[in-house]
Amino acid sequence: MDAADLAAIWLTLKLATVVTLLLLALGTPVAWWLARTRSRLKNVVAAVVALPLVLPPTVIGFYLLVALGPNGWLGKLTSTLGIGLLPFTFAGLVLASVLYSMPFVVQPLHNAFDAIGERPLEVAATLRASPWDAFWSVAVPLARPGFLSAAVLGFAHTVGEFGVVLMIGGNIPDKTRVVSVQIYDHVEALEYAQAHWLSGAMLTFSFVVLLALYTVNPQAVRGRR
Amino acid sequence: MVGAIDTIQVALQLQRGDFQLDIDVTLPGRGISALFGPSGSGKTTCLRAIAGLERVNDARIVIGNEVWQDSAQGIFVPTHERALGYVFQEASLFEHLNVRANLEFGMKRVPPGERTFSTEAVAGLLGIGDLLARRPGKLSGGERQRVAIARALLASPRLLLMDEPLAALDLRRKQEILPYLERLHDELSIPIIYVSHAPDEVARLADHLVLLDAGRAIASGPLSETLARADLPPTFADDAGVVLDTILDGDEADALSRLRFAGGVLYVGQRKEAVGSHLRCRIHARDVSLALQRPSGTSIVNLLPARVTATVPTDTPGHVLVQLRMGPTPLLARITERSRRELDIVPGRDVWVQIKGVALLS
Repeated sequence: MDAADLAAIWLTLKLATVVTLLLLALGTPVAWWLARTRSRLKNVVAAVVALPLVLPPTVIGFYLLVALGPNGWLGKLTSTLGIGLLPFTFAGLVLASVLYSMPFVVQPLHNAFDAIGERPLEVAATLRASPWDAFWSVAVPLARPGFLSAAVLGFAHTVGEFGVVLMIGGNIPDKTRVVSVQIYDHVEALEYAQAHWLSGAMLTFSFVVLLALYTVNPQAVRGRR
Repeated sequence: MVGAIDTIQVALQLQRGDFQLDIDVTLPGRGISALFGPSGSGKTTCLRAIAGLERVNDARIVIGNEVWQDSAQGIFVPTHERALGYVFQEASLFEHLNVRANLEFGMKRVPPGERTFSTEAVAGLLGIGDLLARRPGKLSGGERQRVAIARALLASPRLLLMDEPLAALDLRRKQEILPYLERLHDELSIPIIYVSHAPDEVARLADHLVLLDAGRAIASGPLSETLARADLPPTFADDAGVVLDTILDGDEADALSRLRFAGGVLYVGQRKEAVGSHLRCRIHARDVSLALQRPSGTSIVNLLPARVTATVPTDTPGHVLVQLRMGPTPLLARITERSRRELDIVPGRDVWVQIKGVALLS
């Protein structure tokens, strides 16, 4: 492996870490709302969150590219705010990855919150815990396996994505060139030895992650759609 | 500090699909009030509404001087701001916490100056002192429920709500817990509202009885008075009988004990309790027969004078339920219509009752 490969690995890990933290922060309230609401919008929101599971990454990448571009509404917003345009930047990659990996975080959390049920929260209320207090002192600890699954799946899925990265991030060394893109470059250049090393590393990583998840927490994985 | 609770007012109106709840009762501010009725009669909904777990739009719930809900004035105190304890049918312990942390969950959320119990005192009261370091998963059903009761008490409630706390337990576990519930009754001054559909639990524990049927309170009053009402529907009439609160008066030479009550003395098999102990016993209507003169030449030892106050037909053809009073104490007897006619049992007549069986409840 050369410096470019290591840079790609480093960038991938950085991206996956940032994305996972953001996903947990954003996915938790969404999953909580989905698990508790009686709103008729529930199914609509659940379907929107699940869209990346069925759409080709290129579709999401395309729409994001349009929306984030200089003429897109998000692009205009980011320009006005002085952030600049996001496509082909690390920040853009993060945004796209968060959207694309959202179902992998929301669904385990949604299932975990569902499995807790109403009762422990009612008990907490009768023991003087406000809803906010009960969320942190009862719901989050009881949903711990769900959080573990969500974090691992969110991280692993971000590491494994390719299409969205290529559409939004492009292929800029140290900024948006992640491992999956680097492998693609190696194969294009017929550098099969390097492609083997990186692909083998990805394969091992993914297998170890999934094995760990199934071993530590079989229920949470089975509960996932 | 808030004052003692004199009364608990519960008025609820709720329409949910076919089910209608329309209740307006005032419960005493001490002792155990039982909400008794068949499944689907609205007891649990009623209890959940008192706790604020069920949002009933038309309700007025006043605990002593505290208004917990008054829809007319737009007052609704959320559950976590109501000083209550709630024991669910299933213990519902927090599985991620050990027993001590479960017990102290509510306590930690009450300012130290307002706490009414210590962990040690309550753990002792419920016999769970040795379990504090355990995980809920390592407890038996009876232990779990005792921990749940202790946890509710440690939240320093002004009112304890119990929703069929024994229903999920087998007979042996029930027998294990009942004495603890009696201790709560005897040693604590917190009023308890106890939901049950088991006549035995009600007879043993309750001081005040509310009978619910199809979402309405068809009777509400002191236990012995309410049980002795001969006009109640068959849900309880199958098992008709009265409950007497007695005091152990002393032992006889021939291994019998004397129980004194407001209407006389009963003899039962010798008791181990100390003289002066309060003992509650139940007399089934089917165990009571009537005679016009003091019977002689009978093996039955409990013979008492009484006056008939009412007679009503029962569901069983040919049988009637006779309501009597021994002094101030009510009693029910189930006799045949033929006997009623031949003895001319009518309100106001003085008779002798023969009590064939006295079931001690404690």
